[in-house]
Amino acid sequence: MTGNGEAVARGEGAAGRRLRISVLRYNPQDPQSRPHLQTFEVEEAPSMTLFVALNDIRDHQEPSLQFDFVCRAGICGSCAMLINGRPGLACRTLTSSLGERITLAPLPFFELIGDLSVNTGKWMRGMSERLEAWIHASGEVDIARLEERMEPELAEQIYELERCIECGCCLAACGTARMREGFVGAVGLNKIARLRLDPRDRRSDADYYDLIGDDNGVFGCMTLLGCQDVCPKNLDLQTQIAYMRRKMLRAAILPAS
Amino acid sequence: MGIPSDLAVGAALTKRRSGRFWPARLDFLESASGLFLALFLWVHLFAEASILLGKDAMYRVTMFFEGYYIFGTPYPIIITLFSLFILAVVVLHAVLAVRRIPVSYRQYRVYRDHHKLMHHEDTSLWWVQVYTGFALFFLVSVHLYTMISQPANIGPYASSDRVVSEWMWPLYVLLLVTAVVHAAVGSYRVAVKWGWLPARDPAVGRRRLKWLMRGLIVFFLLLGFTSLGAYMKIGIEHRDQVGERYVPTWQQESTPPAGDMGVRP
Repeated sequence: MTGNGEAVARGEGAAGRRLRISVLRYNPQDPQSRPHLQTFEVEEAPSMTLFVALNDIRDHQEPSLQFDFVCRAGICGSCAMLINGRPGLACRTLTSSLGERITLAPLPFFELIGDLSVNTGKWMRGMSERLEAWIHASGEVDIARLEERMEPELAEQIYELERCIECGCCLAACGTARMREGFVGAVGLNKIARLRLDPRDRRSDADYYDLIGDDNGVFGCMTLLGCQDVCPKNLDLQTQIAYMRRKMLRAAILPAS
Repeated sequence: MGIPSDLAVGAALTKRRSGRFWPARLDFLESASGLFLALFLWVHLFAEASILLGKDAMYRVTMFFEGYYIFGTPYPIIITLFSLFILAVVVLHAVLAVRRIPVSYRQYRVYRDHHKLMHHEDTSLWWVQVYTGFALFFLVSVHLYTMISQPANIGPYASSDRVVSEWMWPLYVLLLVTAVVHAAVGSYRVAVKWGWLPARDPAVGRRRLKWLMRGLIVFFLLLGFTSLGAYMKIGIEHRDQVGERYVPTWQQESTPPAGDMGVRP
């Protein structure tokens, strides 16, 4: 944690500062609209997050400002945006961890709805469908019977990867995804790594290879590690991707196994 | 996704197998060829640094690589053949790596803006690889062509004359910097890419690897520039006798018999 972060953890917001927040404004629905930066001044409050600051701006200065939020607690993944050029969650970013001048922009890579609001859901759904990111069980599941037992350690491992909130930060931070739009990104590869762990999913590595064994999948990743370094849930994406890469290479060299 | 339809159609019509496993093999070959070239570069720089131990030491290393200590006679053709092999690996590595670099203005602009905004070391390191890699296409080709076409012109005087009197030192300065940086950064990236980390905690492993990468860059730049300086010093002193070959001290008193290692270089 940085020095600023430590101050934040103790709840010492640098109250009294006057923040200058520049927001990239653009409404693609309006033919007259052109992308431009609009700067707002906000009085900083103790323990203020960017989410609070943005609401302050919308309530008191600019009612037309568009941005997304639901949970305010880093769980829903809606408020991801570029904060001084880096992807992050507005609700988890304390203004005290930033300078007095803050620049906010919508996440690139995703379809822009307007201002800071982007349609991550549409892309996430398309990716899930492409990767068939659901349990492929063998046969019908009898919901009247008890579920198969699972070792707690394994359940923990699956849960760890399941913590992904699909906020889209990993894709916005990924140079590969930015250059090549078909790339499934860390979020997609993490999904496959999670399903591969799950004993209820009967697919083999050869099946997974068909889903991620090309340049839009794990072999397109250039290990720029932007995903690893911006993930707001601190998922160990670097390790998951490296692991899947080794497993998929094995599936390619020994197709029978 | 299965087999992409465009590949499947092409494969069926040309009676070729679908090739679905090639992306995995290509990715591995890119890493493996790069790692091999990095290891070769480091051995090469050590061998070249033998000049720092004196002209006789460098002479012996040259004789060793020309097979004198195995066959009893130096065969410069070995240098030609080995250089051809290295050229083949370089071409393979370049073909595989070029798949990654931006191929359109849009891709170039998007990545450039992205790396400027992100202030993220690993994102910038790859940009370094793109630039150094591109420069190496040309720099390595010139150097390898010299080794392939003039394999006998390696030695304390022959190499120094090439550096100074044949004006190769500017190329070697550029080649040294780009190759050393590209090799160290590439090796770091290969290790992280496949998850070969020197620690259980991935963050610690990555930090250690990055220090190793920086250390390798500093060490091999120092070693390389010191060696290059030594060749330049000899080359300047030897400017008036270009073409004369070095005779090792143990043969300087007596005329060496034909076929002995004193004949060349």
